[in-house]
Amino acid sequence: MTTLTGVPGSRLLGLGEHAPATVVTNDDIAARGVDTNDQWIRDRVGIASRRIAGPDESVVDMAAVAGGKALAASGLGAADIDLVIVATCTMPSQIPGAAAQVATRLGIRSPGAFDLNAACAGFVYALATASSAVISGSARHVLVIGAEKLSDWTDWEDRSTAIIFADGAGAAVVGPGEGTGIGPVVWGSAGESAELIAVAHRNTFLYQEGQSVFRWATTALAPVALEACARAGVTPADLAAFVPHQANLRIIEAIARKVGAPHAIVARDIVTAGNTSSASIPMALCRMVERGEVPSGAPVLVLGFGAGLTYAGQVLTCP
Amino acid sequence: MSNDEIRAGLAEILEEVAGVLPADVSINKSFTEDLDVDSLSMVEIALAAEERFGVKIPDDELANLKTVGDAVTYIEKAQAAA
Repeated sequence: MTTLTGVPGSRLLGLGEHAPATVVTNDDIAARGVDTNDQWIRDRVGIASRRIAGPDESVVDMAAVAGGKALAASGLGAADIDLVIVATCTMPSQIPGAAAQVATRLGIRSPGAFDLNAACAGFVYALATASSAVISGSARHVLVIGAEKLSDWTDWEDRSTAIIFADGAGAAVVGPGEGTGIGPVVWGSAGESAELIAVAHRNTFLYQEGQSVFRWATTALAPVALEACARAGVTPADLAAFVPHQANLRIIEAIARKVGAPHAIVARDIVTAGNTSSASIPMALCRMVERGEVPSGAPVLVLGFGAGLTYAGQVLTCP
Repeated sequence: MSNDEIRAGLAEILEEVAGVLPADVSINKSFTEDLDVDSLSMVEIALAAEERFGVKIPDDELANLKTVGDAVTYIEKAQAAA
């Protein structure tokens, strides 16, 4: 068989994001009869408002919008994309997956296409997979999307989850680079704790054991983040930005304290986006870049973690 | 470590994690009722106490620590057992 030839590295070529139009404030949730209030929610999870998709707005819809924006930002066309990966865990059914439909919507003809379910670590898993595909020559340019409609799976009468979960999509185009623009991923899982964040059966909602998840997130993940830096050959002091999954502002702050990146801006997109699972990292990163908060070419640490339990950390170069 | 040293250490942790005034941290005070500490803060407090006092406070034990006094007693016993 032919010897494989690839490229020396991979990099981000463009970012895009899409938040659904409907804003749901903390007061809106309290007004529905949920026993909560604005101050309690801000103190406990750090969310002021979140976006919820319309009844006819699907994961595929949101993914296509975000993907289209990332494609435009990259300067590439549909014809340049040969692989589409959608990280999602909130499709209404497993069959068919989202990726091939998103490709069709965007006029991308017959790319490799698959969905990836690693819950809130999904986008980082998908980026790592895309990076490997480009480096090994399996793909030239990959469209990677994190898209979720958590509102479909949320018990709006459960005050612990109704205040947290939200909808949205974020995307990146990954292509070849002269050097390393996407560092080695540090990924892992804790299947023994699978039941901590779960939809128990087909006809029920997403629940989580808050205290146990909080304990895991605030103790197990800073070492993963630090290892991702070490494997990429950067120190926390080199980081221009730290973008953890936007699970809960107190988790974000606890992990950021332990990682200790003194010059890094820490993503706090959750305040107006809620927890959008695999969409949270690309949405937060895209917005930080749009606001001019991260210089092009600067190192950014992304850290996904959540249901599974799964986690993945990686250093990227800002496009 | 004496009970009072443990109580004082807990007071420092409570101030740092949950903004509780040290003067309010007396033995009979309930974490949730009197000191307004929520369940996520309880986990942060437990983690800080584990580090500071060299003990383990798993979530199921944490659920039984309703007052400052409960926590002091637990930590003191755990230290003695270690």
